Amino acid sequence: MFTLFFMDLGRKVLALIYFIGGITNLTVQTIYLTFKPPYKYDHIIVQSKKTGYDSFPIVSVVALFIGFIFALQTAYFMQRLGSEMYIASLVALSIVRELGPVITALVVAGRVGASHTAELGSMQVTEQIDALETLATNPIKYLVVPRFVALSIMLPVLTLFANIIGIMGSYMICVFKLGITSSMYMNITFTSLFYKDLFTGLFKSVIFGMVIALVSCYEGFNVEGGAEGVGKATTSSVVISFLLIIAADCFITALFYFILP
Amino acid sequence: MIEIKNLVKKFNNHVILNDLSLNVKTGDTCVIIGRSGCGKSVLLKHIVGLLKPDSGSVLVDGKEVANLGEKELTVLRSKISLVFQGGALFDSMSVAENVGFSLFEHTHLEHKEILKRVDEALSLVGLGGIDNLMPSELSGGMKKRVALARAICIKPEIILYDEPTTGVDPITADSINRLIRSLHDKLNVTSLVVTHDMKSAYHIADKVAMMYKGKIVLEGTPNQIQASQDPVVHQFINGLSKGPITDAVDTFK
Repeated sequence: MFTLFFMDLGRKVLALIYFIGGITNLTVQTIYLTFKPPYKYDHIIVQSKKTGYDSFPIVSVVALFIGFIFALQTAYFMQRLGSEMYIASLVALSIVRELGPVITALVVAGRVGASHTAELGSMQVTEQIDALETLATNPIKYLVVPRFVALSIMLPVLTLFANIIGIMGSYMICVFKLGITSSMYMNITFTSLFYKDLFTGLFKSVIFGMVIALVSCYEGFNVEGGAEGVGKATTSSVVISFLLIIAADCFITALFYFILP
Repeated sequence: MIEIKNLVKKFNNHVILNDLSLNVKTGDTCVIIGRSGCGKSVLLKHIVGLLKPDSGSVLVDGKEVANLGEKELTVLRSKISLVFQGGALFDSMSVAENVGFSLFEHTHLEHKEILKRVDEALSLVGLGGIDNLMPSELSGGMKKRVALARAICIKPEIILYDEPTTGVDPITADSINRLIRSLHDKLNVTSLVVTHDMKSAYHIADKVAMMYKGKIVLEGTPNQIQASQDPVVHQFINGLSKGPITDAVDTFK
């Protein structure tokens, strides 16, 4: 019983070390190849469309609902204090600094990251990635770099839209349900936000984009065992991306708290 | 010339290639025969640098494949084509994009010129006029022939075939055999063919090598192989269910 427990633990520790080594290796190679010509602009555009344009509807809907929910939950407490007008500043700061980047990243990890893992995983099991190599094409340059660049650029863009739509959601609740005037809401929102807040959120989303791209591609490249393996890798990709996004969020938030208080 | 010296490869302590040695002269067609799972495809992947040996060496035109840097490996791979068992066509690309992939990626040829080369390659494998189809619209045999067209489109010096006639009808198999033979005769292409199809092996081979337990147990001309008294070779080439190959498996069970 104990032997089995320690064998299982040992296997998991080894798998973790293997994962850390593998993803570090992929990160270094991807960053190096991103700046090494030739640049695959057409591939980056295709991936940007898949990542950004195609994810826009789902990100918008989620951001709108988050705006509604956050305004209502904040109102529940603020009404007790008689400070409903501060809902605007609370919502704006929370969405721009935290909720916008994190929720957008989680949605994109579920939608785009899973799709990348499934696509690359299928290519792996059908030897298409080996075929790329035999055709003198580096699979990381050809498959990972365009996804990495597209996610690093498009995630901040989506986050920016999510911020605006989330604040609009909150605006609709506050103005049409809670009786706060439109001009007061907008005034409080803009006076409570600084460029630093926007920068912090967008910086986070660039890092989240990189995390999603690297994890999803790494999991796709390491698929073993056919269709079942693709399924397992897709699940792992989403779970690991979620975990790393939250961990990176915690780390970056702490970093900015101490560096740019 | 391909020189394989004392090649050893293990996966999870399971020995796949066990001190395997084999030479293929420039312009020759060598056919490797052996049971499924005996490591024939693993051997091909070592030649093209997809796998690295645990020990031993693979030399192509005198260069050790495992020691090549990225640039040298790219040069080597532009001279070698590997036709995968399942085709390994890129799902997201049309037939023309698949066949012309290397030319689109690594040459500055004009689009028209590339499409002309693609058409030529497709015509050679008897599949003219399917440029715009997607791989999902092709049958298994057609996929195999498109993969073959992709391999010959770059005019390689060496072609490695992984079971080129498996899963195709006898007429298509014969046309693939003829194509391999004509590439050998007209362009002096060096070919290494992995197959179970003995009819194909006798038709195309200058030399046949029998692989068993991770080693080459016998090599010779098709006539020498057919006349061999080696019990392992005899059982395999005659497709007998009883003999030393299956006895070894039964004993193991």
